[in-house]
Amino acid sequence: MPTRREFLNTLVRGSILAGLGLLSGALIFRKGKERECGFDFNCKNCPRSNDCLLPRPLESRQMVWQLDPSRCIQCGRCATDCVLTPSAVKCVHVYAMCGYCDLCGGYFKPGTKVLDTAAENQLCPTNAIKRKFVEDPFFEYTIDEPLCIGCGKCVKGCSAFGNGSLQLQVRHDRCVNCNQCSIARNCPSGAFSRVPASNPTLLRGFDQKQTTTNIKQ
Amino acid sequence: MVFAVQRFPKPEFETGYLQPGTLLPSPRAEILAAMDVAILVLALSVISWIVLKKRSRKGVFWMSLFSLIYFGFYREGCVCSIGSIQNITLALFDHTFILPLTVIAFFIIPLIFTLFFGRTFCAGVCPFGALQDLVAFRPQKLGSRLNAVLGMVPYIYLGLAILYAATGTDFIICRYDPFVGIFRFNASFGMFVFAGILLISGIFIARPYCRFLCPYGVLLNWVSRFSRRHITITPAECIQCRLCEDSCPYDAIDIPVTTKDPENRKIRVKKLIWISLLIPFLTFAGGWTGSRLHITLAGVNSKVRLAEEILTPAAGQGQPESLGLTAYKSSGKAAEEVYSEASEILDRFYNGGWILGGFIGLVFGWVIAERMLSKWHTDYIPNKGACYSCARCVDFCPVKTDLSEIKHEKT
Repeated sequence: MPTRREFLNTLVRGSILAGLGLLSGALIFRKGKERECGFDFNCKNCPRSNDCLLPRPLESRQMVWQLDPSRCIQCGRCATDCVLTPSAVKCVHVYAMCGYCDLCGGYFKPGTKVLDTAAENQLCPTNAIKRKFVEDPFFEYTIDEPLCIGCGKCVKGCSAFGNGSLQLQVRHDRCVNCNQCSIARNCPSGAFSRVPASNPTLLRGFDQKQTTTNIKQ
Repeated sequence: MVFAVQRFPKPEFETGYLQPGTLLPSPRAEILAAMDVAILVLALSVISWIVLKKRSRKGVFWMSLFSLIYFGFYREGCVCSIGSIQNITLALFDHTFILPLTVIAFFIIPLIFTLFFGRTFCAGVCPFGALQDLVAFRPQKLGSRLNAVLGMVPYIYLGLAILYAATGTDFIICRYDPFVGIFRFNASFGMFVFAGILLISGIFIARPYCRFLCPYGVLLNWVSRFSRRHITITPAECIQCRLCEDSCPYDAIDIPVTTKDPENRKIRVKKLIWISLLIPFLTFAGGWTGSRLHITLAGVNSKVRLAEEILTPAAGQGQPESLGLTAYKSSGKAAEEVYSEASEILDRFYNGGWILGGFIGLVFGWVIAERMLSKWHTDYIPNKGACYSCARCVDFCPVKTDLSEIKHEKT
């Protein structure tokens, strides 16, 4: 025979359990405003599932941080505000957009007279961009990623004078995916957002699917 | 802002040069996130079994060490149940925010386990608790008054965290997380000092973060009060030997209140009237104060700050323009849009200030009321809300087996 107190306890326990169930159910199954699928949320038969940017309704929908290069103003905080040293943000070279210029706005400091690899001519503070002759008059530029600190100096130069093929991106092999990204908090242009882990890059200005290689870890 | 203009056409190479592809590393596999949830459930089951069935302090210790290594140093602290409060709040207020299933799991599952077994999560799964439990060498009693006053801080912290998460301002629990920098070996100087203070004071004041800061502990405390089962100091009848009295490093043992009616009926009625007047008054006063403070509270919101900067440009006085202003100018957004966004956020802070202040006032009143009314009970029992189920007290009890059960088996 339960006492009155035990009975009340059971009652409250039941209602807490029901409340938690309702809360999690609502959070799992709700449909957000922006999550409109032209199909029927059944991704298996969807013809467009490969280039769908929506988070999948009932998969684990992991999210990762990414920065949108079209909103980035290259303030340099990516290099300083990440919890990692050096930052998880690195410059990514989209070769498909590159003009292979001899006078590269991302490689040389403005006003450089002699276009060679001398340190005083380079915009990059860590010598992370490698310049290689391809054929007259074209040069290939490669990012030496371990050296890159994500300061965005080259990105600024390239988007001001070139094609914008150098873009900052969060590198997911380095990012520890903090619950609240400390760069996102201090990003002056709000370029950081959470994107689905199944589609974790935000490179701009070209068709991603054709020109990049995804490497699985 | 102009971005990615094809100023120079892509060259046509004659030497057979092959254009390299851009490497894009993938994030951590999703299956590993599912594994984290599985390990969370497993760890909670094991710790609940150790606490309630085995009643073994040693078991709790090894389990907490495992959690410290796995959830702390290996998983590097994210996402944790404490921080998940903010994700859940933001998801409730912002419908465009997508909530991963793992975050829901990390928020809900420990609460459900606590509802059935008490705060076993704190005992052996939470890496924060495990780290502080390791350094609690010389715990001192703080006294019930100091405990009650300091114990109010988590409620304020929880309220602020929810307010800032609901307005999409910041995740303050993660921002002022003292231990994640230790788990990752890369704390900023301020956070390193904070963690150092907590761990050194933790030698004398056991688990300072859990008791006087942890906002998730507030929720666990509420839920644990109604838990179905809970660790007991003695396996059978309390023999009032008082050996366990000083065993709890967290002041979570309620000592017996044997006088059933310490005061006469008149005083009791007077007290009840006082409380029933005090709680609504404190709630209202808190809410009013909170609403007065809403502009101060909203000051850290980046959108509100940007609107202020546009309204009162500081650049005129020779100061460099802030980066936020530069970004705003290059975005080509209309000033009116920024203003309307900011005023919407200010409105939310006004309402939020009322609720936050009211909540804090209510908690104040509740704590005072709890201290005014004594509850009669005869035995030494762990306080179901505050007890972390660490099982230290169990070893102090001289009663080792439930004699009544043995008799029962014989007959």
